[in-house]
Amino acid sequence: MVDHREYFYRRLHSLLGVVPIGIFVVQHLIVNHFVVYGEESFNKAANFMGSLPFVLALETFVIYLPILFHAILGVYLVLNTRNNPRRYGFFRNWMFLLQRVTGIITLIFIAWHVWQTRVQVALGNTEVNFQLMEGILTQPFYFWFYLISIIAVVFHLANGLWSFCVSWGIAQSPRSQQIVTYATIIVFLVVSYIGIRTIIEFV
Amino acid sequence: MAEQKTVTFIITRQDSPDSAPYEETFHVPYRKNMNVISGLMEIQKNPVNAKGEKTTPVKWDMNCLEEVCGACSMVINGTARQSCAALVDHLEHPIRLAPMDTFPVVRDLVIDRERMFDALKQIKAWIPIDGTYDLGPGPRMPEKKRQWAYELSKCMTCGVCLEACPNVNDKNDFFGPAAISQARLFNAHPTGEMNKSERLEGLMEKGGLVGCGNAQNCVQVCPKGIPLTTSIAAMNRATVVQSFKNFFGSDNAH
Repeated sequence: MVDHREYFYRRLHSLLGVVPIGIFVVQHLIVNHFVVYGEESFNKAANFMGSLPFVLALETFVIYLPILFHAILGVYLVLNTRNNPRRYGFFRNWMFLLQRVTGIITLIFIAWHVWQTRVQVALGNTEVNFQLMEGILTQPFYFWFYLISIIAVVFHLANGLWSFCVSWGIAQSPRSQQIVTYATIIVFLVVSYIGIRTIIEFV
Repeated sequence: MAEQKTVTFIITRQDSPDSAPYEETFHVPYRKNMNVISGLMEIQKNPVNAKGEKTTPVKWDMNCLEEVCGACSMVINGTARQSCAALVDHLEHPIRLAPMDTFPVVRDLVIDRERMFDALKQIKAWIPIDGTYDLGPGPRMPEKKRQWAYELSKCMTCGVCLEACPNVNDKNDFFGPAAISQARLFNAHPTGEMNKSERLEGLMEKGGLVGCGNAQNCVQVCPKGIPLTTSIAAMNRATVVQSFKNFFGSDNAH
């Protein structure tokens, strides 16, 4: 093989965004949705997730390392782009820009969110439960920060699913790419609903 | 005699590859059916700017004058296109001309499209048929496929798709959509198909097709209407298959 590193890293970047990161995000939002059925229900679910066997290994290999790789290469890609939607205001060009904007928002949010929750738990300052999230989300600043960030994360995931389908050659014809666009809009709406419904419940 | 009608050109000029660009305005006598190039020719005949000062004639590149060679591409009123096919009567006035500065500017409107030709070399955009003896006729191509391939073969390496691409710039070595579509064209040819994997390897090398971020401006701006994004997706699939073959396959006979 000649120099295929760039090719390999970009393919890995695209794959990791869906498996495992995309799956994890959807799972995370669905589990959080337990709060809609009551505080007790949420605590039970959070407890179950937190007490999975090999939890640290699962977190490291399914969540931390893939996100770290996806984020580092992602920032590099953002820096190597010259966005031009003002001159070329096509739909996909705007989506291309939004993918980068939401990627950066997601990165800032994840860093903050991990610091506020997982790191504080690891330091022994708190426990993952309803009170922790209620304490955060009843502050208006954090409520809006979480709300906007969740929408950004879900957008990044849904639009990322579209470009995943193109980048792996699954959707080739303009027609199939159009249909995938519609499908990812539905994904965006449904997953956003789950996320927003959840954080509203804490307030 | 009635006052002579004029056309105003505002041109982004640059004296050398390293000097700073500047704008210069010219008033050119109007003629019916003139295109941007005939306007530039008027400036060449009489290089006097709008202030009445004598200046150097504006340089540009051209060859075929019928939108086939791709040499005369430039940014006309903010949109990259061929100046030979840009009719003055159809344009908004004043007409603003600028070089496609995604590429290195040589002088005025002349740019260096070498990165496009380097890309064609990287993906081996040709069909090797030379040998020490006559190889005879190659396999025939079905007519339906020929008609389809003809559309891809219209690419004139004009650079408009690279100019529109947000990922083709001085910080990024992505070689642009044109070469990816050419790899698809030559891989579809019955003889070219025999060297398919070599072109796919070229696409997988540095600066290759993974540089695409699916902004899909290219397919919107291509003056020849080439389905560039379909080509990109098709080559994405082909390279995925190729890389699986490379890694999991039994040998390298493909």
